[in-house]
Amino acid sequence: MAGNSDLDVAYVARLARINLTEDEAKVFQQQLDDVLKYVDKLRQVDVTGVDAAAHALPVFNVFREDAPRDWFTVEQALSNAPRQANGLFVVPKVVE
Amino acid sequence: MIGNELSAVSIADLQLVLRRREVSSREVINALRERIEAVDGDLSAYLSLDIAAAMKEAEHANVDLPLGGIPIAIKDIINVMGQPCTCASKILNGYRAPYDATVIQKLRAAGAIPFGKTNLDEFAMGSSTENSALKSTRNPWDLSRVPGGSSGGSAAAVAADEAFGALGSDTGGSIRQPAALCGVVGLKPTYGRVSRFGLVAFASSLDQIGPVTKTVRDAALIMNAVAGHDPQDSTSLNAPVPDYVSSLGNSLRGVRLGVPKEYMIEGIDPQVRAAINAAVKQLNSLGADIIEVSLTSTEYAIAVYYIIATAEASANLARFDGVRYGYRAENPKDVLDLYGRTREEGFGPEVKRRIILGTYVLSSGYYDAYYLRAQKVRELIRRDFAKVFEKVDALISPTSPVAAFKVGERVADPLQMYLADIFTIAANLAGICGISVPCGFAELDGQRLPIGLQLLGKALDEARILQIAHAYEQSTDWHKSRPPIASSLPKV
Repeated sequence: MAGNSDLDVAYVARLARINLTEDEAKVFQQQLDDVLKYVDKLRQVDVTGVDAAAHALPVFNVFREDAPRDWFTVEQALSNAPRQANGLFVVPKVVE
Repeated sequence: MIGNELSAVSIADLQLVLRRREVSSREVINALRERIEAVDGDLSAYLSLDIAAAMKEAEHANVDLPLGGIPIAIKDIINVMGQPCTCASKILNGYRAPYDATVIQKLRAAGAIPFGKTNLDEFAMGSSTENSALKSTRNPWDLSRVPGGSSGGSAAAVAADEAFGALGSDTGGSIRQPAALCGVVGLKPTYGRVSRFGLVAFASSLDQIGPVTKTVRDAALIMNAVAGHDPQDSTSLNAPVPDYVSSLGNSLRGVRLGVPKEYMIEGIDPQVRAAINAAVKQLNSLGADIIEVSLTSTEYAIAVYYIIATAEASANLARFDGVRYGYRAENPKDVLDLYGRTREEGFGPEVKRRIILGTYVLSSGYYDAYYLRAQKVRELIRRDFAKVFEKVDALISPTSPVAAFKVGERVADPLQMYLADIFTIAANLAGICGISVPCGFAELDGQRLPIGLQLLGKALDEARILQIAHAYEQSTDWHKSRPPIASSLPKV
């Protein structure tokens, strides 16, 4: 159901793990086609020999000491879990 | 000083009356509570309030600390221990922050009281606060108009005296644009100046926390408390923090201000253009030299932004999967169903659109054409600014091309909404700092609507743009104008 761009909203939504209704996919397709048409203006820019910006300011190799420190207890880490048991997050069965 | 009169003062004035023991921090909290009860039904600036917690902190307030006993409202995308942090999204329904963000720790260390969580566009994605899944915040100057966004709740709360000051976050203009539309001051610090630890990530290479206040001095006072290196944020800059208040009041003689010719484009509302031109004249009369400059790559800023920001968002928001916190779809039949339905039901349309776009521009076969190219153009934008800042100390432009627009006017057309950020976005891409300060009013449908002047400074030059903004502010009366909602109630 792709529109005027290469983007196939229904397919990419599956990659992003977002279920969409058919109506939603249709609206997004048209809106995102417009956005992609707009960003096409970047093709006009000559970027030969330009390095990709990784960061706004030059900050490199930021390390901290690899040492244990106090942080959440198990209870705190689980305090917002939708489902939990025995100190673990509970999810639907993944492996048969 | 009680009631409406007390809630209307600046942070600097509040400091004075607290230190003279003319009011207590508890009375300050009470005044805010009364004010919020009176006006927030119309404005919807706050998503949650915990008066009891604030009162408890007020009891132990040390008013001799830099921000001692002063309540500060917090955009609801910053973690405050024990409080909700909804990001204005259904997907964080029920979540309570198990820790304080670094900025909250720093505010507390300075004696401030984190008070109330303010509304925003869902996950800070938007320019009108209409993308909030929870509430629609209104502009205090005209309730049929938007407050701007995404920090619309913070800006509306400060403008309507429901907060003395607030923290917002700015990824493409989300502090400066709502500040402009609500007639208050908003500062986006240099990328890395303020720790992002505990700020829910939207676009990690662009996000930055900053103050929304009634005056430039108040913005400097909050910056003194929150700026600085944080080992918990690897992008945080390890550079000394100046006293941002001490340079206020310095003369503008010899200060070089650049007006980028590309920024005075068609599409700017004529009333906005007139206000900016008048502000440029005013700054010139205060001693600043005005120089026309050129930033040729900025016309690509919005296109670059919507590739980089959505790409980073698609990765950052992958964590909302219904497993560890927040909303989970009921009775999932397997784990894919759990992810797919949790995210379908939990995210609003703008967030879904951006995750899909971001996933696409990072996907195999499109990465080079979109993401990599955008990062290269971003580098050209950064170089443009670096070159211009060899000639000038700061740049002047409108903050927004238009004053506050009507609720509902732009929601159907995301691209039109994106164009609202045309003057603010480049600063995030280049990592530099920027401030919006009130500079006049537009008249639309018989209503006065605030206009914001934007000053952009080079990296780590916050003190300079604060100094310029302060000199301008003190030579005008714009910041003294109050929105109609401020006077709509009898004085207590």
